[in-house]
Amino acid sequence: MAAFPDLPKHSGSGERDAPTQLEIKLRRKARFNAALRYTLLTVVGLIMVYPLVWLIGASFKTNAEMFSSPGFWPKNPTIQGYIDGWQTSTPYTFGRFFLNSLWIIIPKTIGTAVSCTLVAYGFARFEFPGKKILFASVIATLLLPNVVTRIPQYLLFRDLGWLNTFLPLWVPSALAGDAFFVFMVIQFLRAIPRDMEEAARVDGANTLQTLVFIVVPMLMPALISVCLFQFMWTMNDFLGPLIYLSSVDKYPVSLALKLSIDTTEAFAWNQILAMSVLALAPSLAVFFLAQKYFIEGISTGGVKG
Amino acid sequence: MAELQLRGVEKTYGNGFKAVHGIDLDVAEGEFMVLVGPSGCAKSTTLRMIAGLETITGGEVRIGEQVVNDLVPGRRGIAMVFQNYALYPHMKVRRNLSFGLKLKRKPKAEIETATDEVSGILEIEQLLDRLPKQLSGGQAQRVALGRALIKHPEVFLFDEPLSNLDAKLRASMRVRITDLHKRLRNEGRPATVVYVTHDQVEAMTMGDRICVMKDGHIMQVADPTTLYERPANDFVAGFIGMPEMNLVGCVLSHDGGTPVLTAGRQRIAVPEGLAGRLSAAEGAVRLGIRPQHLQVVAADEANAFTGTVSNIEFLGHEVNLHVEVEGAQFVVVVPSAELDKKIGRGDQVGLRPLGANIHIFDAESGINLSLPAD
Repeated sequence: MAAFPDLPKHSGSGERDAPTQLEIKLRRKARFNAALRYTLLTVVGLIMVYPLVWLIGASFKTNAEMFSSPGFWPKNPTIQGYIDGWQTSTPYTFGRFFLNSLWIIIPKTIGTAVSCTLVAYGFARFEFPGKKILFASVIATLLLPNVVTRIPQYLLFRDLGWLNTFLPLWVPSALAGDAFFVFMVIQFLRAIPRDMEEAARVDGANTLQTLVFIVVPMLMPALISVCLFQFMWTMNDFLGPLIYLSSVDKYPVSLALKLSIDTTEAFAWNQILAMSVLALAPSLAVFFLAQKYFIEGISTGGVKG
Repeated sequence: MAELQLRGVEKTYGNGFKAVHGIDLDVAEGEFMVLVGPSGCAKSTTLRMIAGLETITGGEVRIGEQVVNDLVPGRRGIAMVFQNYALYPHMKVRRNLSFGLKLKRKPKAEIETATDEVSGILEIEQLLDRLPKQLSGGQAQRVALGRALIKHPEVFLFDEPLSNLDAKLRASMRVRITDLHKRLRNEGRPATVVYVTHDQVEAMTMGDRICVMKDGHIMQVADPTTLYERPANDFVAGFIGMPEMNLVGCVLSHDGGTPVLTAGRQRIAVPEGLAGRLSAAEGAVRLGIRPQHLQVVAADEANAFTGTVSNIEFLGHEVNLHVEVEGAQFVVVVPSAELDKKIGRGDQVGLRPLGANIHIFDAESGINLSLPAD
């Protein structure tokens, strides 16, 4: 038989000392504790995830079955909810609303990533007059409830003639209006030593080249987190589009879901639920694709600041 | 390659703290200049001002014929090696080396030739396709060196490049860097180097000349031998040499034309070779004697300090004898073979300076009074 030199000698052989009473007791206790812990966590986890499971199950039910049986498993599974829901009661299919959502999200996310990087780089790496006051105002906007600025913002965008366009949704983010992201990137940047940037400057890179070739690659985990958050939050944003968009052909998914509640005579819950499941899909897909970087980003950004 | 000149260079920070007090320094073309001093002496700040990473608040830095005060680092014709290597973590070694040349938009073929040449010199060919995180400390430092070398800069700047390495690697890198400097000189493209370190062994073994700094002032600029044998002041005397030079407060007086040093109740005559230089000096001074320049003699001998042995450190080939003389601690280095084995702690011994190897420093200014007038 081949030897396994890296295994401890006594494993598998009878030489090992018999465990003492105390060891047996401790082991039993540890096993019991673990079982208890995992049971509790599993139960709580199931409770948390149940609405989602129910949502998915219910989207395959008929409208009649929806509230008649409490279980999540459909008796007669059907995809009629998806078919009807996709058609909507408007001249557009749900595909149009998905495209609208993407058309809002993609420029907004790119704008956020670019503007946050520029602003955070400025705050984290340069000294300039009024830096402290400016930084304090960035943090202050972080603490300011969104509701407070809604009306002045609305008036401003109305005067600019941007109502019923995507501009009010894009422009604030493209100008680093999301203070939370700026703050997050600053914290991440502060944890990165400056030596690499100095080396790049000695190598002849100007400020922009240093940012693009050196800082941005090192910031990648944080930027992926920023994009992911922005993607999910924008996908789920209801109030913004509700305020600024008035024609149905510009509605994103979040508004479109509400639309089917408003306009359908008898609520077709199975259609609403089916479209809700579809609405969840992009966020989930993006999250799982970027999960590794995302977790790296928030943990590094948060801890090392 | 070019010479480097610092003229009255100052650094004052925004909060009013003055880190560098108008220093003047000339580094000749192809010279290996070491800036050495304790932490906080502004040696790194000085280097960073030369590099352009710190603004210069007063004076002038010249590289070759050009004043570079207002030039960005990339236009000063310098290359720098950082303490923690500062390799670009997301680029492979090859791109790390060529990044500077790419920014200068050099042709691809030229970049490749340069990369091959440098990686050959530093023996890092097999590392070219690795990421910095896959390198050991020594390898990373060689890549950092390569990144500087590939640019053929006017001046090389090193900021404590070896302090992150272990002792063995440090010794071999030290040799490697000095060899490289000599090799470049022999190949007819001498490299002007400014090398910052806090390690006096690095300073003494690597530098053509050494600039000793303290609190933003230059204490002395000289070659290693001069620095060791003729320190300009008590700071340099204490900083250079292992173990440290013994420095003890004395009173200098003239007894019938012969200068005499008195420490407490003990008196020794100043050796004849020095007597002539001290005719004008008198009063409180500090006597400096290197541990290697003291001879152990019997207690109470004439022209020797008598003290009590407080500790004996056996180092193998030699012994460090700690002797307490009039409240001051003297360290004497004695070859193991020559030490009287009977000497133990608490014994009385005499310590006599060997020949004219003593230094007498002004008690206030610290200036070495015993140097020849030249």
